[in-house]
Amino acid sequence: MIRFLADRMIQSSIVLLLMSFLIYGLIGLMPGDPIDLMFSANPDFTAEDAQRLKALYGLDQPLIDRYFRWLGDALQGDFGYSRLYSQPVFDVLGPRLGNTALFLGVSLILSLAVAIPLGLIAAMRPYGVLDYSINLVCFAGISAPPFWLALLAIMLFSITLGWFPAGGQAPPGSGFLKTIEHAILPISVLTIASIGGYTRFMRASTLAVMRQDYIRTAQAKGLGKTRLVLGHALQNALLPLVTIVALSFGTLFSGALITETIFAWLGMGKTIYDAILGNDYNLALIGLLLATAMALIGNILADILYAALDPRLDFKSEGL
Amino acid sequence: MTDALMSPSVSPARRRLQRFLRHRMAVLSAIILILLIAAAMSASLIEDALGVSATKTDLFGRFLPPSDKNWLGTDEVGRDVLARLLYGGQVSLLVGLVTAIATAIIGALVGLIAGFRGGWIDALLMRFTDAVISLPLLPLLIVLAAIDLNKLGLPADLATSEDISLYRIIVIIALFGWTSVARLVRAEALALRRRDFVRAALAQGAKPRHIILKHLLPNVASPLVVATTLSIGNVILFESVLSFLGLGIQPPTPSWGNMLTNAQDVIWDNPTLAVWPGLMIFVTVIAFNFLGDGLQDALDPRADLER
Repeated sequence: MIRFLADRMIQSSIVLLLMSFLIYGLIGLMPGDPIDLMFSANPDFTAEDAQRLKALYGLDQPLIDRYFRWLGDALQGDFGYSRLYSQPVFDVLGPRLGNTALFLGVSLILSLAVAIPLGLIAAMRPYGVLDYSINLVCFAGISAPPFWLALLAIMLFSITLGWFPAGGQAPPGSGFLKTIEHAILPISVLTIASIGGYTRFMRASTLAVMRQDYIRTAQAKGLGKTRLVLGHALQNALLPLVTIVALSFGTLFSGALITETIFAWLGMGKTIYDAILGNDYNLALIGLLLATAMALIGNILADILYAALDPRLDFKSEGL
Repeated sequence: MTDALMSPSVSPARRRLQRFLRHRMAVLSAIILILLIAAAMSASLIEDALGVSATKTDLFGRFLPPSDKNWLGTDEVGRDVLARLLYGGQVSLLVGLVTAIATAIIGALVGLIAGFRGGWIDALLMRFTDAVISLPLLPLLIVLAAIDLNKLGLPADLATSEDISLYRIIVIIALFGWTSVARLVRAEALALRRRDFVRAALAQGAKPRHIILKHLLPNVASPLVVATTLSIGNVILFESVLSFLGLGIQPPTPSWGNMLTNAQDVIWDNPTLAVWPGLMIFVTVIAFNFLGDGLQDALDPRADLER
């Protein structure tokens, strides 16, 4: 198990390293480097000054050299300054990382809390009326663009009914209720957007388990449908769901970017979006890498959870 | 068991059609999509017939309510909403179709090679696929959509041409969208590789290219068609998100996504503008998803037994 985890961590580090090079290169291709921006903002700034500054910051050197210098600094804990916020990158990202983790965590738990029972109910009587209705709702959830759901939620709950604020966050220290008030709409939208996929998957994996012999045996012994599903099928049906949830961290983060941007929720997604549009290279780079790292860590956690849930998985015998 | 299975005289194609027709939502979706495509294709005809314009602004006719002339009213600069929706539909459907076919080709290639070769090639390709799936795609797509094509060495007249946002969005979504197709095709190819007809071909000395194209590809065609249909919906969603964030299809070309961006700015003055483009995306995507589901039932010969 430890060997397996070590392997996974090394693999994840390699992926992260490759991503850092890829993103570094791509960000260099975005319009307007910082010197160009100064150049266009200041009439006294001559082309010679620009050249001198570029040499000073090493921007005239080839991409690969610049990347390795950045990597060297980063590994020593120097991630540079954010252009938009004039602060060290991590001072900007730190609190926002927390905001997003909370946002994603709550909505993931909520959507699973709805999706697992729904999937089980649908699988109890496949092709029944209830199954069809749940299926219809799931298709609607998967197909609705999340940013449209967000706009509709603002229209209904903020403009028409005036129940919740249309965006932003409660100022610090304004109490728990205020914080919740601002969080309800974005979290609901993200939750609704992810329920459909999980439910459909839960239904499919339950149906697959229900076809197995041990279920038929239990059924033949006269076990009721509810006890059959809850007592015998549920645990095995949850296993594949763990993998799907792990693989969906990236998608979930994409959803967070949309909802955060619309509801002006100060999280990682909105910060990355603002950084990319605002030519804030350092912030965008570290933000993207953090998001990638979150997804990779999610994957490793899922592997651990999988091993804990499935006693059949023996890491030694499989030589992993 | 159904009648279709009892009577051997019914041809497989006929049985597929029967299975598809039994999926009512899929049939309904197919009809809606045909109507939608027809309406989008005839956007300029409809414009002329109603005497409205999707591009001409009219500052004295802003936010008009629905009328005989402007069926869905006008937007914040007096353009006809219905006409813009139809032109936006042309863009979304085109991007969806072209990109989905591109993802199908890339995905099938990766999946077939991984599944047929097995071993370390399979392990490497699938690790790569899983890595791409688990990445936070949207921020990466945003970076790709933001890069300056001039710096990539594209000629200036092409990099700034009007259609470039269309090509760019097709390329970047295809670059990341092939993963689900690849996984599916690989699983099928892995199973097929052990079947007797493939082993017989191998024993007769058939070249890998021949086996992949002549034996594997026809047998993965059904799941490939289903996956491609389903990915059209996904692509349209991604396109609309990117356009909504200001990085996809650029105005003045209307797309459902960038119409919603404008609607968001005036949401306090005129909330109904935010309803229509989203509804179009929703209906189109759900229709493609149901169509894919119906095709899956229709093309899977085991579906008769499982009901």
